[in-house]
Amino acid sequence: MPGWLKFAFGKSVRLAALLAAVSIITFVLISFSPVDPVRAYIGADMMTVGAEQRLDIAVYWGLDQPPLERFLKWVSSMIQGDFGSSMIYREPVAGVIAERFWYSLSLMAAAWLLSGLIGFAAGSAAAMNRGGWLDRVIQWVCYTIASTPSFWIGMLLLMVFAVWLGWLPAGLGVPAGVAAEQVTIADRIRHMVLPAAALSIAGISAVALHTRQKLIDILDSDFVLYARAKGERGWQLYRNHGLRNIALPAMTLQLASFSELFGGAVLAEQVFTYPGLGHATVEAGLRGDVPLLMGLVLFSTLFVFTGNTAADVLYRLVDPRIRGHENDSRNV
Amino acid sequence: MTRVMFDSVARLQTRSAVYPIDYKRRSLLILLTAAALLMMLIMAGWLTNPDALSVQLDQRNLPPSFQHLFGTDWLGRDMFVRVMKGLLLSIQTGLAGAVCSAMIAAVLGIASALFGRQADRIITWLTDLFLSVPHLVALILVAFVCGGGMKGIVIGIALTHWPALARLIRAEAMQLMAAQYVQVSRRLGRSLFWIARRHMLPHLLPQLTVGLILLFPHAILHEAAVTFIGLGLPPHQPAIGIILSESMRYLSSGMWWLAVLPGAALLAAVRAFDVIGSHTKRLLDSQQYERL
Repeated sequence: MPGWLKFAFGKSVRLAALLAAVSIITFVLISFSPVDPVRAYIGADMMTVGAEQRLDIAVYWGLDQPPLERFLKWVSSMIQGDFGSSMIYREPVAGVIAERFWYSLSLMAAAWLLSGLIGFAAGSAAAMNRGGWLDRVIQWVCYTIASTPSFWIGMLLLMVFAVWLGWLPAGLGVPAGVAAEQVTIADRIRHMVLPAAALSIAGISAVALHTRQKLIDILDSDFVLYARAKGERGWQLYRNHGLRNIALPAMTLQLASFSELFGGAVLAEQVFTYPGLGHATVEAGLRGDVPLLMGLVLFSTLFVFTGNTAADVLYRLVDPRIRGHENDSRNV
Repeated sequence: MTRVMFDSVARLQTRSAVYPIDYKRRSLLILLTAAALLMMLIMAGWLTNPDALSVQLDQRNLPPSFQHLFGTDWLGRDMFVRVMKGLLLSIQTGLAGAVCSAMIAAVLGIASALFGRQADRIITWLTDLFLSVPHLVALILVAFVCGGGMKGIVIGIALTHWPALARLIRAEAMQLMAAQYVQVSRRLGRSLFWIARRHMLPHLLPQLTVGLILLFPHAILHEAAVTFIGLGLPPHQPAIGIILSESMRYLSSGMWWLAVLPGAALLAAVRAFDVIGSHTKRLLDSQQYERL
């Protein structure tokens, strides 16, 4: 279908331009940085490393060449799938990201689903009881969550469920001191519960408030007034006229929130020392691991782009009106 | 059946009749309360005696009491004073970042409308570009590039928070640009700069103000997040995030006040900004709410 082809082509061009721009900006930023990568690499051993060794290290990482040459080299090897090797993990960046992505993916997927479902239900409940106490409570909770630092939610959960009640492990992705082959899926899930809970609580409020507003708009419409006049009410009214109309906007919003999801994962993983991408991002930033940091910036960009594209595709699938207006939809 | 219909109609009527008179006074009251709370927090940060931050080893690890409202830490420092000072620092950093961010949004949003289609395309693309990297990742990158410190956080916040507001300003400026009096003004030979200054800015000021106030909560939360991670301010400048990340080490020892109270204070400050912003918005575009 030519419409689809055009859509896919446009998206690919957009993605290529986006990644190119992000990598150029990142590279320029980092090359202007006062942080000396050699010094960052050596870290605490600064006093014991001589000037010659430092030069050797610089040559080893290719830091003695001018920035433009380094950039071209970096880009050309990146196109071949080589993102360089991480200084702190001593592994190829692609490998570090791939390995940690699975940890983060399960965490983010669980939180994404959970926050979406809870938020949707809460928003629907609030709108159906507009003005009532339930509505007020839900709104109040949502606004409060929106102003709460997500890492603090994690700390509270950690204090209550890991320290005080002792129900769940306090951190890490797998039990400490257990051989990798003996780690069961149940272990992994137990370690994921708290970070996932922290991350989903942080994500609820946007979906809930958005869903509430959408549903209220729909309940105010003439066709709902007519349905009420016919005697529909409560659950029946919601199922027949509300649900279908608000499911799509909620899904889209949730897909478009990949950026916040990733940011929240960085914090949740930091609180629970969960070995995912977010934790790697923090480590890379703190310890000056430039190749890993650049790889992660590009990867998170790709991740966010995937979410936004999925939202677009979903809309095109469901709403045929959008397909015809591909060109003017952006200029509203 | 008729009763249901009557109910709906009656509800619509009461809303439009009662709400407009009542909501303004209510909004103003809530706004003032939140502002007062915020002022109290800021004054507390300003006026508290920094002597209470000195190390007093005989007063270590005390739970909250009247003498030490938030308890003391593992060095005997008064947590209330630390939290208030830290909060003040976080608010200042967030404020600086949010103001810069709002200025970027204003300039780009207005430029988008003023300089025609090509400029608009570039700016829209730029907006999308900055939305496409997760805020926190971008903040970590910028903080790393600046080598830590206040500067890195302010620049990071300024660079990451403008896109949403810029879109809003752009849409508004586009409408203004199409308005007749602006068209006439152009025909009279006014320069684009003149139009931006005399026609656009006064009109956009309410949106900009509200947008700026609503940026604060995000800016402060992100500031706290970056310092919590450890990339921001040095440990001897106790921003709220640093206080919280230090308390992480004492979570397992049952000293709950080290984590709970600073976080709650931060929550209160952020919520206050949010309330002020949303109620200012309500008061400023009263027309929109009168139609409700």
